Amino acid sequence: MASTETTQAPAEDAGSVEAGLDALETGATGRPSLRQTLTGKVLPPVIAVAVVLVAWTLLYPVVDDPTKLPSPAAVGDAFREAWLKGDLLGYIWTSVSRGLLGFAFALLIGTPLGLLVARVRFVRAAIGPILSGLQSLPSVAWVPPAVIWLGLDNSMMYAVILLGAVPSIANGLVSGVDQVPPLFLRAGRTMGATGVRGVWHVTLPAALPGYVAGLKQGWAFSWRSLMAAEIIASFPDLGVGLGQLLENARTASDMAMVFEAILLILFVGIAIDLLIFSPLERWVLRSRGLLVKG
Amino acid sequence: MATTLAKADAGVESAARLEHVSKSFTGPGGRQLVLDDISIDVAPGEFVTLLGASGCGKSTLLNLVAGLDRPTAGSISTDGRPALMFQEHALFPWLTAGKNIELALKLRGVPKSDRRGKAEELLELVRLRGAYGKRVHELSGGMRQRVALARALAQESNLLLMDEPFAALDAITRDVLHDELTRIWQETGLSVLFVTHNVREAVRLAQRVVLLSSRPGRIAREWTVDIPQPRRIEDAPVAELSVEITEVLRGEIRRHGQH
Repeated sequence: MASTETTQAPAEDAGSVEAGLDALETGATGRPSLRQTLTGKVLPPVIAVAVVLVAWTLLYPVVDDPTKLPSPAAVGDAFREAWLKGDLLGYIWTSVSRGLLGFAFALLIGTPLGLLVARVRFVRAAIGPILSGLQSLPSVAWVPPAVIWLGLDNSMMYAVILLGAVPSIANGLVSGVDQVPPLFLRAGRTMGATGVRGVWHVTLPAALPGYVAGLKQGWAFSWRSLMAAEIIASFPDLGVGLGQLLENARTASDMAMVFEAILLILFVGIAIDLLIFSPLERWVLRSRGLLVKG
Repeated sequence: MATTLAKADAGVESAARLEHVSKSFTGPGGRQLVLDDISIDVAPGEFVTLLGASGCGKSTLLNLVAGLDRPTAGSISTDGRPALMFQEHALFPWLTAGKNIELALKLRGVPKSDRRGKAEELLELVRLRGAYGKRVHELSGGMRQRVALARALAQESNLLLMDEPFAALDAITRDVLHDELTRIWQETGLSVLFVTHNVREAVRLAQRVVLLSSRPGRIAREWTVDIPQPRRIEDAPVAELSVEITEVLRGEIRRHGQH
């Protein structure tokens, strides 16, 4: 269908030459098969985990002190026991629901804040540096004042999450807006996208990759802040989340349970990232052709 | 310099009228005059190329006409807001080819129900019928510029400003796009103000070639090109006129070497 013979009539000929060029220059955009994805992406981490388990099993008799290093089997038993008692999902849910709700609040506050800092020069000069500085402040530092201000309840937990996550989300949006190519803004302006319409149709979508990176980091900060808050401010009435589980295990000198809690905290953090934020980021980048497949 | 930012005369007879336009920027080296006393009149339906070496302020001039910047002196009047096409396609990567065009329609106030059909029509016009759902990165350079052209046409402006839109393309693709642009210009009756540093391209496309000198940009000379369309870039009359213009252009550039 794409012929490229030369004729004397340029106008009629242009269409067929063009079709040929289009066909030649549009590369095949095939995706790797599911099998390739599995062997390329799933197998390596599975092997890594297996290696750690083997090393752990070999190290256990060398240390030979279950109060310092429990056996993999003992930790497995701790998991099974919590599962059979029906507590395991409860621990996870207590923390995850807190974390996600706190993150949702952080999103609602961080987004307009980021937009304000990015767009209003005075606000940027006033709180921009503080906002970036707050990112390097460990959120554990907020736990004592939050306990004093708000008491030992869930609002304290949310406050600590907000203080941890809002700067990341706002900063992500600010850097996203800063990196919007000026050409897009010019193109938008010539089409009549000025003021609020320019922000909505050009600036925000163009800033999305930076914003999503901020969300991803914001979640990591939320989760860390929450765990810090749960470990330090554990109180029976608050319900047992993963942080309290770890603290309870420490007080009971139950090393298998300590390991159980640490592994749960790690896995939940990874799982939320893998299930929500990484797919979101990949989708944003891939749809823009920014994700180059090896 | 007299600042005559006068309102456009009622009943404008031209698609764009530039009267004694000057532009200077204040940079680290003091005040720098970029454009000096430029007067150009683009008639409705006319194709004018602005030709010049680097430093002639071509892009600055287009920005002024597009309303992205204001002249230091003189006046510019256009028949409505002009559409502008850049050297880079400037398509939004978060939208498909079709949605890029639809955004231009939306910003112009075209009702939602009409947008899809209009976008498909415009893609048809640039011979990209199947590209509606394609992402920008899935298109070749030439296809991107055609989508950008369709998006500019979606603004239904009477004046299309083009800022070296084919400069980054390979010669074969550029050649084909010249044919396409000529065809679309003839079909739509648009006025085009096309900026380039490529003499043959200027002659290939335009009815009138305006040569700008550099630093500051001034109108050095004008040629009317009455070679009938369709032309090809390798046609003898195109080549002849290109040689003549190139000579003058070289003379203009040479002046900067001898102080």
